[in-house]
Amino acid sequence: MGWFLLRRAGAALIVVALASVVVFLGVRALPGDPAVVLAGENATPKVVEAIRHQYGLDQPLPVQYVDYLKQLVTGDLGTSTQDKLPVSGILAERIPVTLELAVLAMLVAIVIGVVAGTIAAARRGRFPDYVATGFGLVGLSVPHFWLGLLAILLFAVKLRILPASGYVPLTDDPVQNLRRMILPALVLGTGFAAILMRQTRSAMLGALSADYVRTARAKGLSGARVVGVHALRNSLTTVVTVLGLQLGGLISGAVVTEQIFVIPGFGKLTVDAVLTRNYPVIQAVVLVTVVGYIVVNLLVDVAYAALNPRIRLAGAADG
Amino acid sequence: MNLLSIADLTVSFDTEAGTVRAVKGVSLTLAAGEILALCGESGSGKSVTAMSVPRLLPDGATLTGSVTLDGAELLGRPDRELRSLRGKEISVVFQEPMTSLNPSFTVGFQITEVLRRHERMSRRAARTRAVELLDLVGIPDAARRLGEYPHQLSGGLRQRVMIAIAVACDPRVLIADEPTTALDVTIQAGVLDVFRALRDRLGTAIVLITHDLGVVADIADRVAVMYAGRIVEQAGVDELFARPRHPYTRGLLDALPASARGGRLREIPGMVPPPYDDPDACPFAPRCGYADDACTAARPVLEPHGDGHLAACFHPSTVEAVDA
Amino acid sequence: MADVLTPARLAPAATGSGRTRRMWRRFRRRPMAMTGLVLVVLFLLLAVVGPVVFGDPTRIDFGHVLGAPSLSHLLGTDDLGRDQLTRIASGARVSLEAGVLSVALAMVVGVPIGLVAGFYRKHLDSVVMRAVDVVLAFPFLVFAVGLAAILGPSLRNVVLALGISQIPAVVRITRGEVLAVREQDFVAGAIADGATDRTILTRYVLPNATNALIVQATVAIPGAIIGEATLSFLGLGVQPPTPSWGVMLTGAQQFLSQAPWLAVWPGVMIAATTLGFNLLGDGLRDVIDPRSAR
Repeated sequence: MGWFLLRRAGAALIVVALASVVVFLGVRALPGDPAVVLAGENATPKVVEAIRHQYGLDQPLPVQYVDYLKQLVTGDLGTSTQDKLPVSGILAERIPVTLELAVLAMLVAIVIGVVAGTIAAARRGRFPDYVATGFGLVGLSVPHFWLGLLAILLFAVKLRILPASGYVPLTDDPVQNLRRMILPALVLGTGFAAILMRQTRSAMLGALSADYVRTARAKGLSGARVVGVHALRNSLTTVVTVLGLQLGGLISGAVVTEQIFVIPGFGKLTVDAVLTRNYPVIQAVVLVTVVGYIVVNLLVDVAYAALNPRIRLAGAADG
Repeated sequence: MNLLSIADLTVSFDTEAGTVRAVKGVSLTLAAGEILALCGESGSGKSVTAMSVPRLLPDGATLTGSVTLDGAELLGRPDRELRSLRGKEISVVFQEPMTSLNPSFTVGFQITEVLRRHERMSRRAARTRAVELLDLVGIPDAARRLGEYPHQLSGGLRQRVMIAIAVACDPRVLIADEPTTALDVTIQAGVLDVFRALRDRLGTAIVLITHDLGVVADIADRVAVMYAGRIVEQAGVDELFARPRHPYTRGLLDALPASARGGRLREIPGMVPPPYDDPDACPFAPRCGYADDACTAARPVLEPHGDGHLAACFHPSTVEAVDA
Repeated sequence: MADVLTPARLAPAATGSGRTRRMWRRFRRRPMAMTGLVLVVLFLLLAVVGPVVFGDPTRIDFGHVLGAPSLSHLLGTDDLGRDQLTRIASGARVSLEAGVLSVALAMVVGVPIGLVAGFYRKHLDSVVMRAVDVVLAFPFLVFAVGLAAILGPSLRNVVLALGISQIPAVVRITRGEVLAVREQDFVAGAIADGATDRTILTRYVLPNATNALIVQATVAIPGAIIGEATLSFLGLGVQPPTPSWGVMLTGAQQFLSQAPWLAVWPGVMIAATTLGFNLLGDGLRDVIDPRSAR
């Protein structure tokens, strides 16, 4: 297990390094003079020169990259051109909001997806299966942002039981926070629940036809225990893998969901930064996303190893 | 007194290609402490017949006839009631040792699970019993093995763990489906010893499904030979090996390496008939050297040939087997 | 039953009308797959013929602002009095362009890379796959958002962003198929007969990868359609007044209480189109590769 994780961590580091190069070059590939862009629209040539020097843009690219890395290491992500605040501070404020949304959405997805997928597989070809499969297909086909609009239309405009938008920090008022997060989490979670449902169903169908499930039945175990313990345990690796694969989608979905429900999270920051051409923020946001994505994928690998005794015990001899 | 009795059992499956009748009227009895071998090629219905007892059949199986344990009818009982018999009164050893254990759980978990289910044992007591069971099936260093996962064990050890699970609650009927096929000869002998010991100690009745006549000769008391969903011959093991009546049984015996002539394994030419059609003729006729018009005009039924010997053939052989 | 047992994808250079007809017969028996096909055909018809029939989607009529669905405007009108049905028809064309062009781009770039990486395993494979990992490390929307930031929002850039983000999947699938086909006897035979790499790639490997790529396209096209709608909804894709379904929903957001119908139909169109492609893809997968049927 030790070696396995070390290898994965090594590969992840390489990808992060390459990604940082891509982000660095991407921003420098912007049309026009980056100094002009960074200075903002109405800057005088003098200010532009000052910015160019301040950001080291008069240096050769490799030197700039090393400077950029140095700044990264010290946690300096630059200054937002919009409100002149340090980008690191903005991120520290926005990321927890998105994390809360993502965790809630994941919970929705796991509860609905795994339960529905398991039931569908256990009742294959019967009514619950058709309902779950239908839900899976529709859930895959409906874009987040439309689902969000419909949810607002139904719950906020027609029924008036939940607020349409806005955000209250969890620490200020947990109840109000949850009231405002329920709809976004459901909207974001539903699409993933559909994907998870389909994959869980497929994995469970495989597991249920396995020999060890027949053994479990031969032991006289109840149907719930055969399905819920013996088959499901072997399908969990699939569930974890799918969760990992869908993480990018979750981040993308959070961008959209935050936009619709006006939640001041990381995703809304991203879109606002692009719309206002706030390059230091864009650069930081993309890098943070990539690093976060890779870190979570690494965690998925850990979970995967923990679930699979074959991998968990493989390194026991050499580590 | 028969412990287990199967009477006129039929099993059919609904498939996309139509209804498949896998078992077509099988009757068998088994006394306590008896070891019955169920022989035949794959597709002959021997596994389906045996799995009808604990009703461990795929979805969509329809059963008619009668299966009784100690005189109590099992067919038509709800699954919930059968569950309390499975693993307790009737247990099963499957033929795939490599895949029949759950890869995600330790050996100990998988053994104690059945003890806790049926014997309501505490965790600690179940563990102690599990060590005994592993000792019983001849797994050395049992206490350590409990913490291991199936992939850490060899095929032979896995099969013994399967047997430990099957015998954990002292079953009255044990169904063993090709329990030795995947194992090499020395381990094979060990597994058969475990069965014998179980029979001697508890009087467990054993249904041994196999196409290995060497194993049959080694351990069985009685043999039933199945072909295309029916029993075609049944006799005590010595009687059957000495005087096989049905040409199919003869063919199987000839296929035994020990009696093979010229050092080559003789196979029975032809294929098992498809399970979809069931003509009113001897199903073995297309492959039989003795077949004539009578064999294609009607289906022979099981008739006694003395000494508890039954055979379904219009031309039963009366010749002693050459060197069985 | 026989063709279930012999996987068609392993046949050398699988072509021939007999096989196609057989697959079509199997396909026709599946109601879900046929529903998908009908939805996709209707979408294609709307995208190709619709704009011609319904005319100019940008015609403003201040006399009918935010009109409810009526006989003259079946799906109502928006805040500028533009007919929603007309705009939906034009939006279908935008969706089709985004979906087909981006997938075409991904195929044109990804298939050769996958072929070469899979075929010349030793030298190129690890480099290519590492690059694929890097691209996959960018969540699609963040990638597209970044690209929109660099290139500016437009349909062409949406196609670029969607296309590039789909290349890794195409590379992976192609490579996987190549690795599988390489091991087949008929390829080994062709190599033994002295066939050139190029002949092997084009005559044997590519035709066998086609099925998997077709199935991938039925997954990627609806993904791209949703991607376009999402980017446009966020204001990072197609720009008004061009009537993308996403753009229409952005507009609808401000009038949820006055004109809820504006928020319904573009979304229904996106969902129906995506559902159609998904059903079609599931059906094709079942028919092409029966082993995957679950």
